[in-house]
Amino acid sequence: MTTKSLTFPRVFPRPKSPTGIWSWIGTVDHKRIGTMYGITSFIWFIVGGIEALLIRAQLTGAESTLIGPETYNQLFTMHGTTMIFLVIMPLSAAFFNWLIPLQIGARDVAFPRLNAMSFWIFLSGSLLLNASWVTGNAPNGGWFGYAPNSGATFNPGMGMTYWIVGLNILGVASIAAGLNFIVTIINMRAPGMTMFKLPVFTWMTLITSVLIVLAMPILAVAGIQLQTDRLYGTHFFDSLAGGDPVMWQHIFWLFGHPEVYILILPAMGIVSEVLPTFARKPLFGYPFVIFAGAVIAFMGWFVWSHHMFTVGLGPAANTAFSVSTMLIAVPTGVKIFNWLGTLWGGNIRFTTAMLFSVSFIAMFTIGGLSGVIHASPPTDAQQQDTYFVVAHFHYVLVGGALLGIFSGIYFWWPKFTGWFLNEKLGKLNWFLMIVGMNLQFGPMHWLGMDGMPRRIYTYAENMGWEGSNLAATIGGFILALGVLVFIINFFVSRAQRVEAPGDPWDGRTLEWATSSPPPPWDFDEIPQVEYRDDFWFKKHPETIAEYYHNDHDEVPSGAQLDDEEGTPVVTGRADDHGHSTPHLPDMSYYPLILSLGTAIFGIGFLTHWGVIVAGAPIFIWGLLGWSMEPVNDPE
Amino acid sequence: MTQAAVSNTHGSEEHHSSTGLDNRKLMMWAFLASDVMFFGTFIATYLVYRGKSLVGPYPSEVLDIPITTVSTFVLLMSSLAMVLGLHFVKAGEKNKGTFWIGAVVILGLVFLGFQVYEFNHFAHLGLTPRTNMFGTTFFILTGIHGAHVTIGVLWMAFLAYGNHVGSLRKDNAIDLEMAGLYWHFVDIVWIVIFTVIYLISANDTPPPGMESILH
Repeated sequence: MTTKSLTFPRVFPRPKSPTGIWSWIGTVDHKRIGTMYGITSFIWFIVGGIEALLIRAQLTGAESTLIGPETYNQLFTMHGTTMIFLVIMPLSAAFFNWLIPLQIGARDVAFPRLNAMSFWIFLSGSLLLNASWVTGNAPNGGWFGYAPNSGATFNPGMGMTYWIVGLNILGVASIAAGLNFIVTIINMRAPGMTMFKLPVFTWMTLITSVLIVLAMPILAVAGIQLQTDRLYGTHFFDSLAGGDPVMWQHIFWLFGHPEVYILILPAMGIVSEVLPTFARKPLFGYPFVIFAGAVIAFMGWFVWSHHMFTVGLGPAANTAFSVSTMLIAVPTGVKIFNWLGTLWGGNIRFTTAMLFSVSFIAMFTIGGLSGVIHASPPTDAQQQDTYFVVAHFHYVLVGGALLGIFSGIYFWWPKFTGWFLNEKLGKLNWFLMIVGMNLQFGPMHWLGMDGMPRRIYTYAENMGWEGSNLAATIGGFILALGVLVFIINFFVSRAQRVEAPGDPWDGRTLEWATSSPPPPWDFDEIPQVEYRDDFWFKKHPETIAEYYHNDHDEVPSGAQLDDEEGTPVVTGRADDHGHSTPHLPDMSYYPLILSLGTAIFGIGFLTHWGVIVAGAPIFIWGLLGWSMEPVNDPE
Repeated sequence: MTQAAVSNTHGSEEHHSSTGLDNRKLMMWAFLASDVMFFGTFIATYLVYRGKSLVGPYPSEVLDIPITTVSTFVLLMSSLAMVLGLHFVKAGEKNKGTFWIGAVVILGLVFLGFQVYEFNHFAHLGLTPRTNMFGTTFFILTGIHGAHVTIGVLWMAFLAYGNHVGSLRKDNAIDLEMAGLYWHFVDIVWIVIFTVIYLISANDTPPPGMESILH
């Protein structure tokens, strides 16, 4: 142990009690952090949904005066920004947090306090962004903030400043989490858990984390450049001085396109877990599914200007990006066919989770088809800035990412909570969401082809768009009803409390090899992994011969073994005791302090530099206190 | 018994990991990858806007290659000091370790001094971030780099103190090694910036017919 360490004076005692509010504030347990991400992002889901319903209400009739243009611009800006950064990304993070240590056979992530900090910074960034509603200054430049609309000349108020500051703070949280999961997945796997035995969800988490770490800084730069333009008179996007507003689009979409793969890959990972479980077959083409994910992530860097086909880049650029965009459909198709191959010949059980995953395949394919149609610049010349684009991305984000996430919610709920969600209500939830989203976003295809532009607060009476808009609004409310059924399901199921065992679905991966919910230390004994889907094959050894023709991998000699005498220990069940409680990193409030300091900096950027100076002591307190706090206090 | 399995949750006492790499070192490398994207975007912006200023001062009129070569050399020497500091800390030679880590701090401060001088000098010559595209891209890029150097200087000062009082030793030298990775990265970024701004675009003259207000 260390002989001497610098210590930082404690203002408050270190949290120790495993219960009570401080046990949540100071938690560094990946499971609790996952729960906090889940609850917080679900609340933002409701907020973003209400914003959507207001948009739909305004668009239902031609020349409606329900919501004026200024408010309308704020609504669609906040709806998009909320759903992307405050819902889909943190819901994915909830799953990363809960599942990665369990799926790799570890007890926590590599940096538990950094993990907690990511959550608290996410919370403060999300509150800061939404505080703009309260001050009457919600951002109004779209979730993509195009210059010069977002610049000082045309948007001199505080709104876009909220957007930039909020997103930069959220970006810090995402990058820190991305770093944490990269190190965790690469460096903390259980003995025998080679990379190609990892569950697909873990692989997708790794790939997504790499994308986050590389893409979010680009958004940060765009935001910094826009903000210096807005406040300090620089000329990054100022055409009057030789700058170029199109440069904003380049930088934003260089981030923005990898971002959409950040949004979809985790859901694809979830689906890749659910389908094999409820088809009682291993995932078809595991190496292809993983490689396709990596290829999508790589190729996603080379397509960004397909968002800019109508901006005047010229035929050479348009052609290049058109080709690269069409090519990226190939690895996506590989995944689709492998999922279908997983289902083929399987012993299918249609649980709610399975319904969500199977419908994901169909809905995402529809969204992918409209995406490929966009890949042709001449066709896109008609579609750009119309509702056809809105249809496309809602099919892939609602029909894709959201359905995948709901599949994960129903699948892993018993593991997280120890009780089941009601299947009947779940299926109703699913049905309403499917009907609702198709009724809402289906008509948008022909609205777009008919020329209805995006981001308009109303339209003329004689355009013939009212019927489709009315259908879309009804669909939106049905989708919302589906979400309401989910909330009802939560309360009903919690009251009924049907207890769930450690392995309710006859699962395949390691998270099912411990109790529901897991103990704080995740596994009583760290599993020793021999196979892909090790838990399944240990349960059903009669199926090994069907899939493994060669000798399976032995636990590598020299791997850390989980027994005093050094002999291998077989994967234990949750009730195999005999070891004293593994000890885990102690709780800490410094992640919260540092997040508070960051939030104060953000407020300072929104108000007065004096606030930044005032916040500096808190930030430094958090930083120094954390760096001089041992992972565990000496006993 | 469960020691090995929990060892990954201990901070400074890392022993076992799947790759044999220390978690913190791996994280620092991954963080540096993200910082590459961060600086890369600013540098790309500089390159895109090269030659696009509508008014002066222009790069050839303000950039001083000899002086900046000296400051670049200073920063490079700070990286050498960093290597030596880590060597002596790992060798358990406390005083030499403190000296060389302190040298990193001093040399870093000298570099920052050059930056402050240069920024002031350019402002006197009429170049600010608001003047033209060169001013905008130059000041923000080098300013962000300077902020990174400042963070590094503060971190090194903290480590120099830690080494001096014995809380940084050879058994936890990883803490210094991580800071060293960061410091070398910031130095490499400067080499790129120096090459792009000073060596490549320093000859960017005013367009024909657009005399500068300076001379």
